[in-house]
Order: sequence, then C-alpha cells, then structure tokens
Amino acid sequence: MASTAFCNSLPAQDAKREIQRYQQMIAEGSPVELFELQGEELWKKPQGPKNVSLEQCDLGLGAGVVKGAYARLPRYFNDADRVMDLESRLLHCMMTLQGRKREEAALQVFGNDDHPSEMELLSAYIAGQSRGARMSPGTTHPKEKKSYELGRRLFFHRAGAWDFSCASCHGEEGKRIRMQELPVLYKPEHARPVMATWPAYRVSNSQFKTLQWRLNDCYRQMRMPEPNFASELTVALTMFLTATGKDEPYRGPGTKR
Amino acid sequence: MLQRDLHARGQATMDRVVQDRVQRVCTESGDRPPAELAKSLEADQMKTIAYPSGSLMGDWKRGESIAQNGRGLQWTDKPGDTAGGSCYNCHQLSPREASFGTLGPSLRQFGKLRGNGEEIQRYVYGKIYNAKAYNLCSQMPRLGFSGTLSEEQIKDLVALLLDADSPVNQ
Repeated sequence: MASTAFCNSLPAQDAKREIQRYQQMIAEGSPVELFELQGEELWKKPQGPKNVSLEQCDLGLGAGVVKGAYARLPRYFNDADRVMDLESRLLHCMMTLQGRKREEAALQVFGNDDHPSEMELLSAYIAGQSRGARMSPGTTHPKEKKSYELGRRLFFHRAGAWDFSCASCHGEEGKRIRMQELPVLYKPEHARPVMATWPAYRVSNSQFKTLQWRLNDCYRQMRMPEPNFASELTVALTMFLTATGKDEPYRGPGTKR
Repeated sequence: MLQRDLHARGQATMDRVVQDRVQRVCTESGDRPPAELAKSLEADQMKTIAYPSGSLMGDWKRGESIAQNGRGLQWTDKPGDTAGGSCYNCHQLSPREASFGTLGPSLRQFGKLRGNGEEIQRYVYGKIYNAKAYNLCSQMPRLGFSGTLSEEQIKDLVALLLDADSPVNQ
C-alpha cells in the first residue's frame, strides 16, 4: 500500500504534491507506446478460420479507418443494430471478419502478469490513433440515447452485499479512498480527464488495462457479481461516462498508479 | 437486465443483484427517502441488530487490524477467509495511519469525546452491524447484517473506537 511512502506528520498539502510528483514521474517512464506497437502488429495479423487481419474492421468511420475512430465511440452500428464501445466492436469484427467464435475470441479478455490480452493490445493501438481528437460519442440515435439513459440509471443503482452504487464512491466532491482521490464521474469536469486517458497502463501491476477492465474492477470492489464482457450493461456505463466527459481532446492511453 | 448482463463469480453470487427494500427505496429516491418511510424502514433495520450478551468491548489491537483489512466478499477473496471492515478506506482513525479515506467522517478521538459507557457501546456496535438502522441511505455497508464481520470482530472495532488505550483516543 502507498501508505508507507508517507510519514505521519506530513501535512496534506505536501502529500498531495508528492502524489503529483509521483504521477508525473510514472508518466515519463511509461511503456504505453510499446503496447501500441504490439497492438498495431496484432491488428494487421491474419487470424481465425478466414485467416484475415482486422484491417478492414469498420470502427464507425468506415472500413479500415482507425485514425480518430476511438474518440467517436461508443456509437450505434447499423450492421449490428446496437450501440457498441471499442471492445464490443472489436469482438464483432473478430467474429464477422475473421470468422472466430465468440467463446474463443472472448476467452481471455483481460490479460495477466505474463501476457496482455488481444483486447488490451488492440485497445492501446486504436485509442492511441485518436490522440488529439475530441471525444464525441454518438448521442443522437434513439439507441444511443437509450444506452446513455441506461448507463445513468446503472450509475446510481444500489445493490450488492455492501449496498453500493457507482455514486457511493464517485458521487461527492473532494473525497478519497485511502489516499486515492475520487472523481465525481457524473460531473463533466470530473469525467473529462478520466475518459480522455483510458485505456491505460497501470504502474502498480505493470499491465495495460482496458476501460472494461476498470469497470469490472469497480464491480468487484462493490461486492457485485461480474459484468459480462461487451454486454449492454458495460457499453451503457461506458456510454454514460464518455458522453458525460465529452469534448475533451483524447490524450491517452494514459498511465495510472 | 442485470440478471442477464452479470454472472456469478466465486462468492459473488447472483442473489446479490436483487435489491432489498432499502436499496430499492434509496435508488428510487436518489438517497433522499420520504421521512415517514425512512423512519419505518430504519425501525425494521434496527430489529436486525443482534446484540451479544455481556460487554460489547473487545480488543482494540485486533480491531485495528480489522479496520486496516479491506478484503472480504469480493469474487477475488477466498470464501471462508476472515473479512476486514475496510474502515480506513473511508475513515480517519488512529493517528499512526496517514493513509485514510474521507468518504466517511473522521473518527479521531471518537471515544475521548464521548466516553465509553454502555449507551455509546450499543450505538457503535449497532452502527457497525447495520448502518441503515440509523440513516437509511447511508453509504456505509451493513457489516454485521451482510455477514461480513462476526460478532467478535464488531466488538473489537467497538474497542478500537471507545477503549481509552486505543490509539484512536490518544
């Protein structure tokens, strides 16, 4: 735990400055670009029963267009007749373009100490191709509006062994868990810097993590069952958070504690 | 929809998805339930608190490690392992621990300011056992009611807050 880094008498201001210095330090030594490069390789690698790459995957801006695509997600896709975020769209392309079975493609969506997952590497590459683009998820299609509304309701829905909702931790200004400051994620000014920096490299476990992994980890700590990967639930929460934090130029993949 | 889009993992079983009355009322009212309803549901929650016989003051040293421990009831926790209270996640307690959260109020000198008589012991035990009996939509988990902490563990936390020798009261 980070607690050992702080001596007892350290005033809160100094502690805050120390944390900022630490954050700057980890950002400077971040290996994010290595993950982006591995992701690009994977994007171009022929795979699956059809032995084709993902290069013709339509991420929303047309087949094969990667530049700026992440910043426009989640959005409604006509061909699937549903709202998709990056990970659910990648899964869709693996199934339709590469002919892979869902069970196989989604077998290990979160990596471990030794191996990052395909989803993580691909997310690093595709998100990196939106650096500088303004975050503007789809907000006009009826299904996009419905997804946002569902995500908002989920954010405030209290359940589980400890009665938590997302807002239990992310609902009030100026609060912390231990030393970790908590963004109030239903407020645009708090959601913007968060949504503009996921997916991200996590220093504490030296792994690259997707946004769905982050949501998953919240559900784990809320003492809830696990969300299904690429489900309407995870897409709706991503939609709510991204739309709340929209208009911020994307500057990820970020580097987190 | 929650039943469809979540799945059980480890000890995090699907029954947790079903809201009880407290969770439903708090969700529907945005944590601001009508006063009359809140009063009657708080009274129901009060009835869930099982007070042990005898003293409610355990061992503050054991209480301190329970307060430090943030594990329990997650799908990554081994079923049957002793859970913690996650107290420092949200509260300031001992001055020796600088890494404390602020979602809940500071509990520094809690007992020094209030003494440690029978009445305050019952209040602290009850509040930890079922926080919703005192404030229906409190963000604090119902640590006894949910089966997170045992009777003995809650008594140790009562001591952490109220024992004159506890670092909380230095």
